[in-house]
Amino acid sequence: MESSRRISIIGWAVALTAFVLLWKFGEPVAKWAFDYPKAWIIPAARWISNALKWLLNDATFGLFTFTQLTRFIAAVVDVPYRAALSLLSTGLLSGQGSSAIQLLPPLSWISVIAIVGMIGHYAGGWRLALFAAGCFLFLAIFGQWNSAMVTLASILVAAPIGVIGGLLLGLAAYRWAQFEKALMPLLDLMQTIPVFAYLVPILFLFGFGPTAAIVATVIYAMPPMTRITILALRGVPSEVQELGHMIGCTRRQMTWRVMVPSARDSLMVGVNQVIMLSLNMVIIASMIGAGGLGFDVLAALRRLDIGAGLLAGLAIVALAVALDRLSQAMALKMGDFHADTGNKSFIARYPYLFVALLVIVATAVLGLAIPAIQTYPQTMTIASGTAIGRAVEWINVNYFDTLEAIKNTMLLNVLVPFKRFLGGLPWLGVTGLLAYAGWRLGGLRLALLVAVLAFLIAATGQWEKAMITVYLCGVSVVIAALIGIPIGIVSAERKQLWRVVQAIIDTLQTLPSFVYLMPAVMLFRVGDFTAMLAVVAYAIAPAIRYTALGLQKVEPRLIEAGRAMGCTKWQLLTKIKLKLALPDIMLGINQTIMFALSMLVITALVGTRDLGQEVYIALTKADTGRGLVAGLAVAFIAIIADRLIAAGAARTKIRLGLQ
Amino acid sequence: MNRARRFLLGCTSALMLSVAAGSVPAFSQESTDPIKLTLHDWTGQLITTHIMGEVLKKGGYNVDYVQADYLAQFAGLETGDLDVAMEMWETTGRDAMDAATATGKVENFGPTGMKAKEEWWYPEYMKEKCPGLPNWEALKDEKCAEAFSTAETAPKGRYLGGPVTWGGFDDERVEALGLPFEVVHAGTDAALFAELESAYQRKAPIMLWIYAPHWAPSKYKGEWVEFPQYTKECYTDPAWGSNPDALYDCGKPFGEIWKVGWVGVKDKWPGAYKAIKAFTLDNDEMGQMITKVDLEGKSVDDVVAEWMGKNEARWSDWIKK
Repeated sequence: MESSRRISIIGWAVALTAFVLLWKFGEPVAKWAFDYPKAWIIPAARWISNALKWLLNDATFGLFTFTQLTRFIAAVVDVPYRAALSLLSTGLLSGQGSSAIQLLPPLSWISVIAIVGMIGHYAGGWRLALFAAGCFLFLAIFGQWNSAMVTLASILVAAPIGVIGGLLLGLAAYRWAQFEKALMPLLDLMQTIPVFAYLVPILFLFGFGPTAAIVATVIYAMPPMTRITILALRGVPSEVQELGHMIGCTRRQMTWRVMVPSARDSLMVGVNQVIMLSLNMVIIASMIGAGGLGFDVLAALRRLDIGAGLLAGLAIVALAVALDRLSQAMALKMGDFHADTGNKSFIARYPYLFVALLVIVATAVLGLAIPAIQTYPQTMTIASGTAIGRAVEWINVNYFDTLEAIKNTMLLNVLVPFKRFLGGLPWLGVTGLLAYAGWRLGGLRLALLVAVLAFLIAATGQWEKAMITVYLCGVSVVIAALIGIPIGIVSAERKQLWRVVQAIIDTLQTLPSFVYLMPAVMLFRVGDFTAMLAVVAYAIAPAIRYTALGLQKVEPRLIEAGRAMGCTKWQLLTKIKLKLALPDIMLGINQTIMFALSMLVITALVGTRDLGQEVYIALTKADTGRGLVAGLAVAFIAIIADRLIAAGAARTKIRLGLQ
Repeated sequence: MNRARRFLLGCTSALMLSVAAGSVPAFSQESTDPIKLTLHDWTGQLITTHIMGEVLKKGGYNVDYVQADYLAQFAGLETGDLDVAMEMWETTGRDAMDAATATGKVENFGPTGMKAKEEWWYPEYMKEKCPGLPNWEALKDEKCAEAFSTAETAPKGRYLGGPVTWGGFDDERVEALGLPFEVVHAGTDAALFAELESAYQRKAPIMLWIYAPHWAPSKYKGEWVEFPQYTKECYTDPAWGSNPDALYDCGKPFGEIWKVGWVGVKDKWPGAYKAIKAFTLDNDEMGQMITKVDLEGKSVDDVVAEWMGKNEARWSDWIKK
């Protein structure tokens, strides 16, 4: 044990010395190790563009072309979307466009709120009913109803597709190991390539409009569901599986009657993630024809109406929180159902359905006479967001100089030196060092993977921008961890505080960052500092969440034992709890990095010069190949970080004897 | 005989029916599918598009509005999922537009008549600190440039340019004209105006890229810098202008704002195609309408309706056969 440790330290020392030597003295000898030579660049952008052109124009399955297939899928997805939209927003229409005639009105606002409240009551009692109805009432009172219903319609289609698709993929991966091997890298790419990078091909394949937005949303939101499904199925106790075999279940019964129901609790975490991530996509979806709240946010900020932007953003949060809590409660509820459907009447058997139908019909009929019942009257909305704009102005006028001083200190002492440091590193050295770390942590395979990915970033000419990306994300992740982990520690054991913190991080995760990005620009100007603030605000959520969850999971037995041995509170925390929660905290940091990388495209909007900007420029030039190459570089950075941290966490676990 | 008579009768009644049905001069050979016009996220474009949409509705066409991103929309215009985009700015959309028209699936429907004015702009209160303005030569004065500086750029002045994707050659311009300024690029136009709002509230120095038609020049008092006037040679021939060795030693060109659309519009709705081509507005009209919406808080629909009421002669000419 001791000697292997010594060898490892010596190995690191040798590797680092070699790296520093190359970095400090290598430039005159081997210039190519610093700036990747232009002549060696792999023209991947052109290849990808050509491949896509072929896919769009010439790819065919004989009877039909690839584009026809995707258009068919789009048409299929369009059916439930139209249905949801007519129910919630437009009403039943005959004809299209401006000559359409409304045959039936949409659900009245009262009935939508009533239905939401009833689902809440069914699943979680009066508290949840009031909470969910309150969220929806907020939408009506603050004049966000129409847009919110459009957004809700697309979520109601995208989330189930994401959940079911993710579940099926997960089941397939659980059953066939080969399939899992092929699927895993694909899931990584789906989660980490910025959506902007593949937006243009999606628009060509699925047509411009809400369906394309739904497809993009599903691609982004489905991977966590698949991952969680695989994990959850693996976690089903073997006793349960044996019981299933013993009573002679067929394979299908085994899957649907035994495995999936036993894994239900974990699967619901996946459902929650799908809903949250779908709502994350609302802004981008609105850029390609989905409309709704995302469009309101963008339009409000274009005219610098910060209050209106915040209001529309909070409406997205309200929707997300209501849907999340409802789906969680439903999952708990489904566990304990009673099968006592005797000879009761329809009303007694389905009391909720009966009341819902009653409300829908009653409000629809009354709505014909009193319009306020059908649509929430505009005169009763509170549309004042001006107070927020004024608050920002007040801070701006009175505290700008203070803020500017803080910003400049941070820029000059941390950001700029770190940026210069990373920018001067030789790509060859960094690649070698990463490979060495991969080898130490996870063996030869990991070393090879990390080295190839790092080399590809350099070989496609993205190294410089990749380093700026690493710098921006790196600084943000460190700050997010420094703030987030202590908050997680403090709030883990205080129930009241944890509830407040949870509400805050849910808000941060679903509030479109655009909403706070523009006030940040007003106070800190465009540039890296503002971008960093936005990244930290978004990426802090997992740092807090996983730390708290990890600490809450620590077995009380061990804490008792520590107390019996006379540990002080501080010793309990540092020697026992934090050590045991370390794997979870590592996972939290991993997620913080992923979240930070996914904010890149947004930070491009305040003028950073990283891979996110490259993706954005490619989008504006409709250059798919260029965008995907930059997008893949982002994904590679994410995969390198993810694999190294995962390998590190696994080693720690073994060392602590947790596995 | 009988049969011929019945046929004739049928014809006349069909004719009468079609006349009765088309209380508006419908172009019976044209498609009744909705013409899909794209909406973006700035007010001027919403107004332009809604005016066009209302005019087409008066012409008996079926119109649908689709919210779409300014640049992502080309994917829809090429496939015919979308039909018409009413504002494609020469300055910000040229590359995407050229790429799209090169495919042969997108057609340029001609200028809207509005011209994009884009230039360096400063708030009026900055004139005290740099009295030589708006003449560009005042900016060459070090003291004047320093008045526009921030901690990061001092002693050079700070100029906040548009997003990198807009082009504009400001880095080259600073070089060619020997201005002691540093160019910082905003990422989006929202960020651009957020900085202006912030500086204006504090009466702090700022020099930035402002364009019109837009609400900003009516909300904030200020002026555009007067550079040597743009000519084609300035951008192509180094010898032109005050710096004999450099291009871009002049101001920015006035850019057309184009109408573009799917190439199939011409055959599917020939009358609408003519109307779209005929559509023109001018900068003043547009500036007034934008101000009404963004600063006076009127709705886009009301402002469009008001314009329609006042300009009936003009738009009815566009949809004449």
